[in-house]
Amino acid sequence: MTTTVTPTAPAPAQPSAPSVLTRLRVPGGFLLGAVLLLGVAPLVLPDFRLSLLAKYLCYAIVAVGVSLAWGRGGLMVLGQGVFFGLGGYAMAMHLKLADAAATGQTLPDFMQLYGTSDTLPWWWKPFGNPLFAIAMTVLLPMAVAAVLGFFVFRRRVKGAYFAILSQALAAALAIWLVGQQATTGGTNGLTDIQGFFGYDLNDPVNQRTVYVIIAAALLLVMALARQLFVSRFGELLVAVRDSEERVRFLGYNPANVKLVAYVVAAGMAGLAGALFVPAVGIISPALIGIVPSIGFVIGAAVGGRASLVGAVLGAIAVAWAQSTLSDAFPAAWTYLQGLLFVLAVGFLPGGLASLATVVRNRRTRPTGSGETA
Amino acid sequence: MNGEGLTVRDLRVTFDGFTAVDGVDLDIHPGDLRFLIGPNGAGKTTLVDAVTGLVKATGSARFAGQELLGRPVQKIARTGIGRTFQTATVFEELTVLQNLDIAAGAGRGVWTMLRRRKDVPEPVEKALETIGLSALRDRPAGVLAHGQKQWLEIGMLLVQDVRLLLLDEPVAGMSHDERQATGELLQRISEERTVVVIEHDMDFMRSFARSVSVLHSGRMLSEGTVAEVQADARVQEVYLGRATEPAPSAPVASTQEA
Amino acid sequence: MTVILNQSFTGISIGAVLLLIALGLTLTFGQMGVINMAHGEFIMAGAYTTYVLQQSISGAGVSLLVALPLAFLVAGSLGALLEWLLIRRLYTRPLDTLLVTWGVSLMLQQLARDIFGAPNVQTRAPDLLTGNISVGGITLANSRLFILGLALLCVLGLTLVLRLTPLGRRIRAVVQNRDLAEVSGIASEQVDRTTFFIGSGLAGVAGVALTLVGPIGPTTGTNYIVDAFLVVVVGGIGQLKGSVITAFVLGVLQAVLEYSTTISVAKVVVLVAIVAFLQWRPQGLYTLRTRSLA
Repeated sequence: MTTTVTPTAPAPAQPSAPSVLTRLRVPGGFLLGAVLLLGVAPLVLPDFRLSLLAKYLCYAIVAVGVSLAWGRGGLMVLGQGVFFGLGGYAMAMHLKLADAAATGQTLPDFMQLYGTSDTLPWWWKPFGNPLFAIAMTVLLPMAVAAVLGFFVFRRRVKGAYFAILSQALAAALAIWLVGQQATTGGTNGLTDIQGFFGYDLNDPVNQRTVYVIIAAALLLVMALARQLFVSRFGELLVAVRDSEERVRFLGYNPANVKLVAYVVAAGMAGLAGALFVPAVGIISPALIGIVPSIGFVIGAAVGGRASLVGAVLGAIAVAWAQSTLSDAFPAAWTYLQGLLFVLAVGFLPGGLASLATVVRNRRTRPTGSGETA
Repeated sequence: MNGEGLTVRDLRVTFDGFTAVDGVDLDIHPGDLRFLIGPNGAGKTTLVDAVTGLVKATGSARFAGQELLGRPVQKIARTGIGRTFQTATVFEELTVLQNLDIAAGAGRGVWTMLRRRKDVPEPVEKALETIGLSALRDRPAGVLAHGQKQWLEIGMLLVQDVRLLLLDEPVAGMSHDERQATGELLQRISEERTVVVIEHDMDFMRSFARSVSVLHSGRMLSEGTVAEVQADARVQEVYLGRATEPAPSAPVASTQEA
Repeated sequence: MTVILNQSFTGISIGAVLLLIALGLTLTFGQMGVINMAHGEFIMAGAYTTYVLQQSISGAGVSLLVALPLAFLVAGSLGALLEWLLIRRLYTRPLDTLLVTWGVSLMLQQLARDIFGAPNVQTRAPDLLTGNISVGGITLANSRLFILGLALLCVLGLTLVLRLTPLGRRIRAVVQNRDLAEVSGIASEQVDRTTFFIGSGLAGVAGVALTLVGPIGPTTGTNYIVDAFLVVVVGGIGQLKGSVITAFVLGVLQAVLEYSTTISVAKVVVLVAIVAFLQWRPQGLYTLRTRSLA
């Protein structure tokens, strides 16, 4: 573990971290974050606030992936709702089956309500197994992203085309889920989830445990992303973003580089969706269509798409603003959200993190020395 | 390490009915420092595009015993061919060192890729000195001067360890001194590798070319040493717009010009 | 047989709506490369223009005829305003434009909700357009025929403007080579704004047509926007004919699939078909070929 060095004037023979990769302070910042999330927050926040924070942290996990794919890779991932949804549904299917089994039923409640048959659809069956379901929350989104990404990147479909295709995918999945009411719960989604691997979700203590799991997952995902950011892969990813054709002439296949970023981001969104289910108790098409999918990138845009910490804090802040404002003043929230897109993306493309960088550079430049966190 | 030759036979590139390269034969011997000249629209860049896989072409282009045409860009690059572009293309947000490190790393394994860059690979260190950018290694490439970017591009080809360098107007926009330095650098490079330079600057060509090919309207007009090419009446006609006498043999496919 | 014909006509009328919506995008996205997510809200503006007109003009036929040019003006002005306020600052960042205009789209939707209320509203169609025509056993809804005619008329009009007028020449010049056009004395900023005005105006016309399809509401435009972008993507940048063909092909495909499966499955299959198509032609059906690297 080394501290990063702020790039200044020539510093020969020093393998310093590059200018665009220095926005994160590790491990000091990481430890501070861990203490805040795992130590301070559970102590000071009441149950209700803590479970709201758990929800925001799920969005933050998605934002980590967005920061990787969009911020570093330049991939406009406007369909993260798809992966969030796949992860969420995989988890919710298992939990619904477990809930049903706990009361001696074979079918989840909604299937008894709208169902046309008495038997479980074949594709539900494997989700009865907890290990399979947990694996699927991450593997399924990654597989879908791998297939789509393979075909799309291979033919150099990029930029706007990719953004529109990923939106279309989000729309198609949401519409498909709504259409299959008997097996997916339709518009309502999978709701009213009671237990989480044997623990009663109505018990505040267990809700706190869920929070801790989510906070730990966020820290883990951030550490993973951080490693990817500073690795050679991370440098190559930025190179691909800035000039894909040039990278190709150096003998790399940029399609593979983008695919890795896209698939990892999808896995992160899937994990977030899976953790969202016990935290909030529902997954539904309304959470994964075009509108929420674009919503997933706004946090990263406000905080700073290329900055890991910026994206995470931005996602938490936007989610907080949304749940604080949208109930009391729904109209005001919509205007504010629209304004955030316009101001953050239009006038501050680096997000709030770029402000921090400007300030820091101004502060450290005269001394010319690397600073530690 | 030695240069590798390039053999092109009957190369044709057509864009929507317009033939940009019209049956070109080209033999570049290992270790050559070949200049590719010709008026605008002669097909010089298109020829390089075809050889490096950027545009589709028919005919044959062989390098190191392998046929290049029909292979994807990155596969051709991995056979040991590197190129630069008319407008210097470097990764502006990455530092000089990162640019070179990426150029050096096309063969790296997964494990190396996923770890942080710890030390500077030796070829990168050497290239930094060769192109004179050692002191600027931690600067983002975007802030370099125009000429420095072009040198960085050449440095990237060096660490990429290509055996054939295809340079598209490497001295465009450079001062006289910078041109001189670049020319000398190219001569040094061509001791170990094969270099092909597309150029408009005739003085630069005369000073540094080991051999010259003249393209006109998609065809090879003349080949030889600088002196031979300059003495060629057809070349004079193309460049000066007149011949000593209207040469009936001049194979000018001017109808192809769209 | 009649079933096939009926479904084909349904498909063609879906295609006509798609085409009408995508037509404006072929200018703003296809020619200028701007991904304007607020295009859907310009459609909505056109639809509400019709609605508002009907409050004051009682004859449905007259109000529809007045609505067409007026919606073009309203939506076009909104578009020109958006271009002037935001988009012109973002020409170098096309993907960011997508998010910025999405923000604008959210605000415009909310504005519509505040003015007209969240529930959808129904406009009256002129009597002439409420009936059906039967031709050889198949039933053609008059309103659908009207939309088809309107779409084709707009295609024709746009083609003529681009091909024959000085404005069209300037638009094409700026698209093909902005710098050269500028040094040739073309005020490219003005051309951009005019292009955007026309493209957005066409969205307004599409909005008028949508009032004949069903009730309209704050999200009327958004529901169509992604499909419309897909039409332009598949059709190819910078070519009207690509979008025309694509709109009808996708419309018929959608109608046939909906008939044989369900709407939701049809959506998924169409998307897969599009991805497969882009494997074959990543640049779309028709493209302007250039030598530039980008």
